[in-house]
Amino acid sequence: MADSIRLQVTRYRPDADSEPRLQEYDVPLRQELTVLDGLNHIKNEVDTTLSFRWSCRMGICGSCGMNVDGEPRLTCATFLSDYAPGPVRVEPLANFPVVRDLVVDLYDFMEKLPRVKPWIIRDDERSVDDGEYLQTPEELDAYKQFSMCINCMLCYAACPVYGLDPDFIGPAAIALAERYDLDSRDRGARERLDVLIEHEGVWGCTFVGECTRVCPKHVDPAGAIQRYKLKAAKESVKAFLLPRGAR
Amino acid sequence: MSEGLVRAAHDVLIVGGGAAGLRAAIAIAETEPRLDVAVVSKVYPMRSHTVSAEGGAAGVVADDDTLDEHCYDTVSGSDWLADQDAVEAFVREAPRELLQLEHWGCPWSRRPDGRIAVRAFGGMKKKRTWFAADKTGFHMLHTLFQTTLKYDEVTRYDEVFVTRLLVDDGRVHGVVAVGLMTGKIQAVTAKAVLLCTGGCGKVFPFTTNANINTGDGMTLAYRAGAPLKDMEFVQYHPTGLPFTGILITEAARAEGGWLLNRDGYRFLQDYDLGKPTPEPQLRSMELGPRDRISQAIYHEIELGRAVGTAYGDVVHLDLRHLGAELIDAKLPFVRELCLKYERIDPVTELIPVRPVVHYMMGGVHTDIEGATPLAGLYAAGETACVSINGANRLGSNSLPECLVFGARAGRAAAEYAASAGPAPAVVEAQTADEVRRLERDLLGKEPGAERTSAIRDELQATMEDAAGIYRTGPEMTKGLDTLRELQERIGNVGIADTSRSFNTELLAALELANMLDLGECILQCGLQREESRGAHQRTDFPERDDQRFLVHQLVHRNADGTSRIEHLPVTITRWTPGERVYGR
Amino acid sequence: MTEVRVYRRPVPTWWWVRKRSYFVFVMRELSSLFVAWLVVYLLMFLWAVGRGASVYGDFLNWASTPWVVLLNVVALLFLALHVVTWFNLTPQAMVVKLGSRPVPAALVIASQYAGLLVVSAIVLWLVVR
Repeated sequence: MADSIRLQVTRYRPDADSEPRLQEYDVPLRQELTVLDGLNHIKNEVDTTLSFRWSCRMGICGSCGMNVDGEPRLTCATFLSDYAPGPVRVEPLANFPVVRDLVVDLYDFMEKLPRVKPWIIRDDERSVDDGEYLQTPEELDAYKQFSMCINCMLCYAACPVYGLDPDFIGPAAIALAERYDLDSRDRGARERLDVLIEHEGVWGCTFVGECTRVCPKHVDPAGAIQRYKLKAAKESVKAFLLPRGAR
Repeated sequence: MSEGLVRAAHDVLIVGGGAAGLRAAIAIAETEPRLDVAVVSKVYPMRSHTVSAEGGAAGVVADDDTLDEHCYDTVSGSDWLADQDAVEAFVREAPRELLQLEHWGCPWSRRPDGRIAVRAFGGMKKKRTWFAADKTGFHMLHTLFQTTLKYDEVTRYDEVFVTRLLVDDGRVHGVVAVGLMTGKIQAVTAKAVLLCTGGCGKVFPFTTNANINTGDGMTLAYRAGAPLKDMEFVQYHPTGLPFTGILITEAARAEGGWLLNRDGYRFLQDYDLGKPTPEPQLRSMELGPRDRISQAIYHEIELGRAVGTAYGDVVHLDLRHLGAELIDAKLPFVRELCLKYERIDPVTELIPVRPVVHYMMGGVHTDIEGATPLAGLYAAGETACVSINGANRLGSNSLPECLVFGARAGRAAAEYAASAGPAPAVVEAQTADEVRRLERDLLGKEPGAERTSAIRDELQATMEDAAGIYRTGPEMTKGLDTLRELQERIGNVGIADTSRSFNTELLAALELANMLDLGECILQCGLQREESRGAHQRTDFPERDDQRFLVHQLVHRNADGTSRIEHLPVTITRWTPGERVYGR
Repeated sequence: MTEVRVYRRPVPTWWWVRKRSYFVFVMRELSSLFVAWLVVYLLMFLWAVGRGASVYGDFLNWASTPWVVLLNVVALLFLALHVVTWFNLTPQAMVVKLGSRPVPAALVIASQYAGLLVVSAIVLWLVVR
């Protein structure tokens, strides 16, 4: 293995550039070094003006999502050696507007998240004095997978529907809605359904499946969405067939 | 008010969007809904470092467990430096807070009958650590964040970095902050400010902490005239992965993992931590307190009984006897981290680990309600020092600490704000000063001879030498000299990035200035504490000295930038200081 | 809202040829057209059968012209793609349970092929007897 590798990194300054361009840097290459390590090498030693988001460096905070050689990846969990001899393209996360260098505008997702009401909805709130809501390990398993989302938005970057139609509410938001619907303590399925049966809700999804493929936490948002569609379809049929009182 | 200088006004402004900050926001929204509360964070809240916490959160729920026992474990774990009234309040409220989180949807791991499951943890005599697999912090943070979305009363300023507190006449009136997206420097006034910005592990080179943990809130308080407390107590977590410093949770030991030296020997038995047994014994061996275990590992390394690697000497964490099924059920994230970052499968191989800086017991001095001596200024979570952790924190006490004191400080801040007056006009001038300072001293300065990253590297190297697991007076003095030099050199750092949009070079320079101040506080306090207690161990003062040092050290900033230390007695209620006994 | 001049990267028209998974997806969607064609073809076939030997003969002549044969071969390939991709996606779209135990994905997929086999066998028998 060579001891360095070339990175082609997107640079963009909104006040100076009309569009982003790629700039090349050589960074050290060792087995344990990640793409994020490469970016930090550039910022610390070569070009202090490079901007990118990162925090935990262990794949749990979701800050460092970028497109590496065209694939949405967490750069802290992507090893340079997998791309040797390079060069490696490091670009801002796809499908989001570019703010600066590798930083994208996440406002759209932050605005969509509350729309699916990702919290426990109940009419009868139990007092803390009465102890916990019982939930068996099986009941926990029913939604556990969908609770693993770190909001890294790699799924939005991979989704061609979101790329073509930014109104689509998107994989992570729907998976989170499903997480709460399936939580035995929640009673809010009806309220979330009203949001998600809109055109930009679940029905925008054409089951490409890329979101699930790129998800670093194996949440399977595509699965969540299709299951949600089945649920929504069943509700539609029921609403059509059954009189109001019986629903 | 001149346009643009003041961005907004709120009743309570919370700096930091982690477990403590978000818990406080919810507490205020629920108890005082007519108050206007805002959370300002330099990152989106779900990126806060709470997210990395793995092991669990302690709260008394088992039938055979009592509040007094949790108190005793915490107080003895703190080497008797914790304030016992605060510990009693904490222990009493912790289970309620954890239950509240459960009601908000936190996916706590369960027993087959559906009730909350608890596990053993270091330094605890009974099993009382609630857990959500081995991603407890992640689940807690996301539950809290998603729950805050319910409340329209909570405004959020995401990716906004606070650079100073606005203070007039002994009272806090808000903050000045840089919006990362636009680069605009503006004030946000508030009747009360609550600091929940976490710890400052990045002051050290090898830490479990994230890039964002630069002690910003501690420095804000310190520079505004509020003292910091017990800064010398830095927790070294025994098991971090070499090179990255990624945390391998104490839960791995709680589930039965063993620590072995290079001869495959469970060496903790040589350090007065008990005798090895096949099943884990509470408060014994691998379930001892973090300071004692880190010290033991340090000794093994010194004695040449550790394993040398390219990234330092390590000992081994052995999980092989736990079996794949248990590891996948209880420690899946541990397995994932080892596979990814060490290319090791803990099911069949030994995990290389070494002590790594993890937590600050010290922080902004507060009382039991989260109030600092500065009117209108509150602090909670790792940023604060109440103190419930004293000289050493027990694992799984920090997450409930964020909840208990986040809620208390939030309510206290709300009560204060409800009857406080608005900000005086002088804050405008202070804001203009700060804008000028940032634009002239940093943004306007061409890059010179000094680089932020180089000074940061030197700071971290100095702290590692001077404030390691074992310290000496001369080393700390030398460290202080180096830091003073670095303080001068940082004045020559310029910013090459002239763009105002997402200028992380400016951010790094501001964070470095914060870290330098805190490094000085840590070493100054360490030098003045002439004893060994908990996580502060000195080879030149190897004994604990209750006569002189059963006190907290408050470090105040003088007008000329130097510091002075005052003593504050420890509050003792029911547990008289004694010997810390583990394993017997 | 962000006040900065953000840059929106345009989506290229041929976005779907750039990645294998996108390409397969678009082919999968396209396959629905060919499935529709085969349904129409089947209906035409049935109509021709119902009109008697002469019309049926004309139909067969038309069906054996090179273009129609080519179209039907292509349609058959797309049909195969349609079957394989959608059968594979089924376990992801729905959680099948036998009692309280989830049925493994491989079994769900296999049972669809089994069903296909059974129906094909029945149809073949109807035609051949």
